[in-house]
Amino acid sequence: MIEVKDIYKTFGENEVLKGISATFQTGKNNLIIGGSGSGKTTMLKCIVGLHEPTKGQVFFEGENFTEMDFEQRVPIRTQIGMLFQNSALFDSMTVEENIMFPLNLFTTQSISEKRDRANFCLERVNLKGRNKLYPSELSGGMKKRVGIARAISMEPKFLFVDEPNSGLDPKTSILIDELIADLTIEYNMTTVVVTHDMNSVMGIGDHIIFLHQGQKWWEGSNKEIAHTDNQELNDFVFASKFMQAAKGKL
Amino acid sequence: MFTSFGKYILLLRLSFKRPEKFKVYWAEVMREMVSVGIGSLGIIAIISVFIGAATTIQVAFQLASPLVPLSIAGKISRDSNILEFSPTISSLVLAGRVGSNFASQIGTMRVTEQIDALEIMGVNAPGYLISPKIIAGVSMVPVLVIMSICLGITGGYIACLAGSEITPADYVAGVVDGFDGLTIRVALVKAVVFGFLIASICSYQGFYTSGGALEVGQSATRGVVYSCVMILFADLVITRLML
Repeated sequence: MIEVKDIYKTFGENEVLKGISATFQTGKNNLIIGGSGSGKTTMLKCIVGLHEPTKGQVFFEGENFTEMDFEQRVPIRTQIGMLFQNSALFDSMTVEENIMFPLNLFTTQSISEKRDRANFCLERVNLKGRNKLYPSELSGGMKKRVGIARAISMEPKFLFVDEPNSGLDPKTSILIDELIADLTIEYNMTTVVVTHDMNSVMGIGDHIIFLHQGQKWWEGSNKEIAHTDNQELNDFVFASKFMQAAKGKL
Repeated sequence: MFTSFGKYILLLRLSFKRPEKFKVYWAEVMREMVSVGIGSLGIIAIISVFIGAATTIQVAFQLASPLVPLSIAGKISRDSNILEFSPTISSLVLAGRVGSNFASQIGTMRVTEQIDALEIMGVNAPGYLISPKIIAGVSMVPVLVIMSICLGITGGYIACLAGSEITPADYVAGVVDGFDGLTIRVALVKAVVFGFLIASICSYQGFYTSGGALEVGQSATRGVVYSCVMILFADLVITRLML
């Protein structure tokens, strides 16, 4: 479980997050949604420690992550897997080396054990046999899947995903969403996904937080989201003609 | 300026924190050493031979007097190569070749979130990315400078063979006459310092890149310019202190 308590983040004069509190439950797909510039990615980066919050605290399984220094955070960080918006695979390494990288640094496994784990992770994301390819040889969807394989290589307790569907066709987007949802159950992880893709929201949104102008505007599940009277949320959810047409059926 | 210098010092401190796993870092050091050393051999060989040849011809031309023995040209050419041309010119060229590579490599990793990915995993990103580059710079630049000195002197000899300003025998007599080991020590100290400056300044510029492709290019340019200026400044300081 991850708890976020009264988080503020300011860049110069610009206050991006204004006192957000939330709890992300284990075994659930927790979605942070909102329009561009609403503070979704900043919130995610504050949770994982890539940004230090101006004020407020983040707790991982009751441990105050915000107050820890770099060294103290390492044991928690080895339990974190993250998929970045552009996958952030290491260009100079092959797919297999990317997946084995955290294992090389933080485990005492033998080469064959690490290779077995990399093969297992690749098989899990349907990329069996692509071990020796470089990131430049992969499509956008394949990069995302390798990113997921790297994220789960250490069997993490916490999975963070930033815009998993950006730049992907609808079919691949759904596959990535389903993969994230399956892995969340398989590893019993606390998964936090930042997205503005309504397919993801309706498909895997067990618990959804809607951010607007740096504040938590609404909280609920994908079953409740279509029936809220929150004007800003309705504007966001039913922005597309497709969603407007589907409104009556939801 | 003081803020940047403070950030630079803090980054260096982080770079030399104890590695998570020595074996993984050692592999990176080896990779960088090959990239800096073997990768720069060609360009250093070419500039050393040509500068050595040109220096010998110019010195011989300026000493064209019956009162001065021509072997002096060999001696001046040798010392110029050892003290100035090989360490300084080679390092300026290396700042362009190696330094821009370091800055753009790290800068690209920053803007494509690869450094964030390292930090999320719990890896000390400055240590993993910068310390192998500094070790490679400090160890390989002196090797390249020694090679440059040898090739520069050889270049001077080739110029003597091909021209008429000074005979090869006079040149060789000058090269071996009154050799002082201090000049080699000065050259090596310069090489170590210049190697450190190139690697650390360019890595710093790359590490604090923000934005996109345009900013990566700007970081690489800044890294090369700042390291060139610092090389020239350090050249003066070392020369003043050691000679």
